[in-house]
Amino acid sequence: MTPPMVEARGLFKRFTLPRHSLFAASRTVTAVEGVSFAIPAGTTFGVVGESGSGKTTLARMLLKLEQPSEGQLLVNDQDIFAQTPAEERAYRRLVQAVFQDPYGALSPRMRAGAIVTEPLRALGVHRRAADMKAAEVLELVGMRRDAASRYPHEFSGGQRQRIAIARALSVDPRLLVLDEPVSALDVSVRAQVLALLREMQQRLGLTYLFIGHDLAVVRYLSDAVGVMYFGRMVEIGPARDVLRRPAHPYTRRLVALAAAEAPLGVARLGGGTLPNPLSPPSGCHFRTRCAFADARCAADAPALREIAPGHNAACHHLDAIAAGTKAETGPLLEEASRQRAV
Amino acid sequence: MPPARLPILAIAVCVLLIVAALLGGVLAPYAADEADFGAVMVPPYGLEGGTVAHLLGTDQLGRDMLSRLIAGTRISMLTAGAAVLVAGTIGVLLGLIAGYLGGLVDAAIMRLVDAFLALPFILMALALVAALGTGVGNIILVMILTNWARYARLVRSEVLSIKRRDFVLLARVAGVRPLTIAMRHVLPNAQTSILVLAVLDVGRAIILESSLSFLGLGIQPPDMSWGLILAQGRTYMGIAWWLTVWPGLAIVLAVVCFNTVGERLRVKFDPRGAL
Repeated sequence: MTPPMVEARGLFKRFTLPRHSLFAASRTVTAVEGVSFAIPAGTTFGVVGESGSGKTTLARMLLKLEQPSEGQLLVNDQDIFAQTPAEERAYRRLVQAVFQDPYGALSPRMRAGAIVTEPLRALGVHRRAADMKAAEVLELVGMRRDAASRYPHEFSGGQRQRIAIARALSVDPRLLVLDEPVSALDVSVRAQVLALLREMQQRLGLTYLFIGHDLAVVRYLSDAVGVMYFGRMVEIGPARDVLRRPAHPYTRRLVALAAAEAPLGVARLGGGTLPNPLSPPSGCHFRTRCAFADARCAADAPALREIAPGHNAACHHLDAIAAGTKAETGPLLEEASRQRAV
Repeated sequence: MPPARLPILAIAVCVLLIVAALLGGVLAPYAADEADFGAVMVPPYGLEGGTVAHLLGTDQLGRDMLSRLIAGTRISMLTAGAAVLVAGTIGVLLGLIAGYLGGLVDAAIMRLVDAFLALPFILMALALVAALGTGVGNIILVMILTNWARYARLVRSEVLSIKRRDFVLLARVAGVRPLTIAMRHVLPNAQTSILVLAVLDVGRAIILESSLSFLGLGIQPPDMSWGLILAQGRTYMGIAWWLTVWPGLAIVLAVVCFNTVGERLRVKFDPRGAL
């Protein structure tokens, strides 16, 4: 097996919130809690989760926009938070990103050409060479050559996202962090941009970290999938295993909802409320919304357990649920109402 | 609300004032300090005893009021302009630094801003003039010291919101240097708010300079400013109203017009997104 291009080992990210007053205790929110995964070169790792699950924080750490509180993030066997300035410059060339909002990602005051060449110019590439490369990548993503001289507001959402992708590709990166790249797009445009991303991956041999909340979208691109809930990776494995035979109750519900083509929403997830990030539920974070939760789920947090080769899930009752023998005890209602009160 | 019409009159007055300030003496019919004891306290044209030669009348020394007002425009506008320019530059720089670096630097700069904003500006100006002495240079310095803090606060808040925007994050991902990000992304997106504040500030600066000059702590003769002309004419208010009314009107007109233009700019640029 090829060595992984990206490897996360026990990543934690805690944010300290500003105090209410000088004497109040400082409060901490754990956005990412002990997350580990590996992405083999040339493949796509999809991360699924609701907003607030820590998936964007994960992406930002890989982009070095946030520093992990604990754990290691390795790219090509190099700890990206222990880089020399020269290594960091090389890393900036290796990794690029496409974000969700095609309106926010492009500076309204720069022409498309300048936006696309910005990463190249930052690397010290000469202007004329950068302009030529910009024309090349704009054509690669299916934009007309004259797009370079126009401003972002002259383009549609889909076109803007193509420009954002062109910009990311301009430095010939090996790794793209795609943070919900199609979530803000119209359904009709979505398919085109997804197809473009897949084509770019096949043509250029790119490695993707793809973040999404729409299972259908994640399934389209991903080789492996990780499901995040409240900062923890609750299930991880090959895409077809996780999405065809989901093991964790949370994943099962996501998959059932996706099959019903219902939008992923709190209401449809049913049962319990979203926990308060300042005081996460003890034990398993999902127990406040889980149909199978019992006393054990409140007592200790389940660890990831292998259920099939490479397919892991973190739930105490995996076997019973799979066998259909676990009674639906429902979320601990008392606990849920306490959570609501906090 | 329907879009307000452009304040054409206000813009015209502002442009006129700026032109008068830049050209100065060229426009004036007489030298501003040219005394003519044969034509003392001539009333404005149209009144009994007024002549076309002195459209706005003359003062107690027979100096042409129109020429004096134009000379006053020069000093009033140039001090205001210079003060706004320098105060704006300092404030913008400190605001950028505070917003960008955050942490202790931010706290230090912002506490200084709070301190400056907490002092009533006329009081601070009086204290500074008492300490530093009068003169055009010192007046500008005083106006800079009383004005920079508002730019710093404005720019800091702009920086805090702009630096979280995706295109700034993506620039960081691309390895663009912080200084380049500040100049290329942050400042251009903050520039409209800065411009609005600056235009509004011109009016404030004119008032401040006039107040100081009126109190005898600002511009000193033979230099001339609206506030000084007003102060000098005050003694004769009962017998020659035009000595005080013209400079007073000039101040009011300038402040109202700059404020109108600034306010219009603010309304135009505040609803974000409409580029």
